[in-house]
Amino acid sequence: MDLHQFIQNFAAQFNDTDVSEFRPETRFKELKEWSSLIALSIIAMIDEELSITIKGDDIRQAKTINDLFGIVKTRA
Amino acid sequence: MALLQISDVAVRGVAACVPKHIDENSKYPLPEKERDTLISSIGVERKRTADDNTCTSDLCYNAAEKLIRELNWDKNEIDCLVFVSQTPDYVFPATSCILQNRLGLSTECDAQDISLGCSGWVYGLSTISSLIFSGRGNLRKALLLVGDTPSKFTSIADKSAWPLFGDAGTATALEYLPGADGFRFHLSTDGAGADAIIIKDGGFRHLFSANSLKMVTYEEGVSRSNLHSYLDGMSIFSFAISKGPKSINRLLEEFSIDRETVDYFLFHQANLFLNETVRKKLKLERGKVPYSLKNFGNTSSATIPLTMVTEIGGELKSKKLNHVGCAFGVGLSWASVYFTTDHIACPDLVEY
Repeated sequence: MDLHQFIQNFAAQFNDTDVSEFRPETRFKELKEWSSLIALSIIAMIDEELSITIKGDDIRQAKTINDLFGIVKTRA
Repeated sequence: MALLQISDVAVRGVAACVPKHIDENSKYPLPEKERDTLISSIGVERKRTADDNTCTSDLCYNAAEKLIRELNWDKNEIDCLVFVSQTPDYVFPATSCILQNRLGLSTECDAQDISLGCSGWVYGLSTISSLIFSGRGNLRKALLLVGDTPSKFTSIADKSAWPLFGDAGTATALEYLPGADGFRFHLSTDGAGADAIIIKDGGFRHLFSANSLKMVTYEEGVSRSNLHSYLDGMSIFSFAISKGPKSINRLLEEFSIDRETVDYFLFHQANLFLNETVRKKLKLERGKVPYSLKNFGNTSSATIPLTMVTEIGGELKSKKLNHVGCAFGVGLSWASVYFTTDHIACPDLVEY
């Protein structure tokens, strides 16, 4: 999965946020819709699409979507 | 690899006991919208909480007495008692010893405690059935007493934990029965995640001190001390949705069990969002996966037997059923079991 596709899957976990808001440099935890439930949906997406198990700290440490994608790649 | 096949042991009954007091999550002090979202995502509307004088062992004791009466068992034939909990009466002695005496069991009784949480009932079942099998008829009847009172270690000022957890104690009755099909287990452990669910102080690594009582606010609505449980919800979720389904698939494959012949998939009741993710990943229909979360919450080690009593009790009494149980959590520890019940005793839920 490349970054572009990762961002698409990432964006799909949100309901109200416009797709154009999601870019590699987007600080996702600053999005108005961000919640702990969306965090879990993203963890589930990464598990489902990539069969990769990330940790709570991975989400806590990542600031941008690109940061998270970088962490996920190291777990592959 | 921990794959076990234990024959010559049968489940004879299951019972559960909860405290009378009902704690309604609709009354939990949070802004209404946040509270509604929380309740619908965890799937817990209410749960039971024990008073100061009630321990896990009291709940298990009452469940056991009810079950023994229902089965009309001779207490002198109960040769084994295993107690699984993370909320024992004392640091020592073991609560199983106290329960052996309180239940009036013979002193020729194997009694032992196991310290496990979410995965505890499945692990306890593997231990007690192995013991019965090894007894070759000398351990005639056995009680697996499993439960927890998380209300005693959860901070009421922690919105990420308090609304989720409830108290319950259970009793599962097992008997030596030559020729019985018994159980199939897959058991797993990953202590690398030990700090994902933990009470930091009060054990022997970090002895209780004045500091242990200090309440710390980590974010709005999340305050706790080091005597309260800490839960890394994201890490637990990530772990459970990956390991739960893998463990079940492993169990079914290793023992050539056709999943179509399984009547019920009994999951540890972690929270609704997590459990539904697991269910959908395994492509199981909703009717095969009972939930007791709505009225009892996550009761730690007690969730599977409690769900059996409250959700499928009638069928357990009237039918032969094939079950897969799967539990995952604190440790990290997870396990799956395949077993059959055939018209077992299942008294109504006991309130104490």
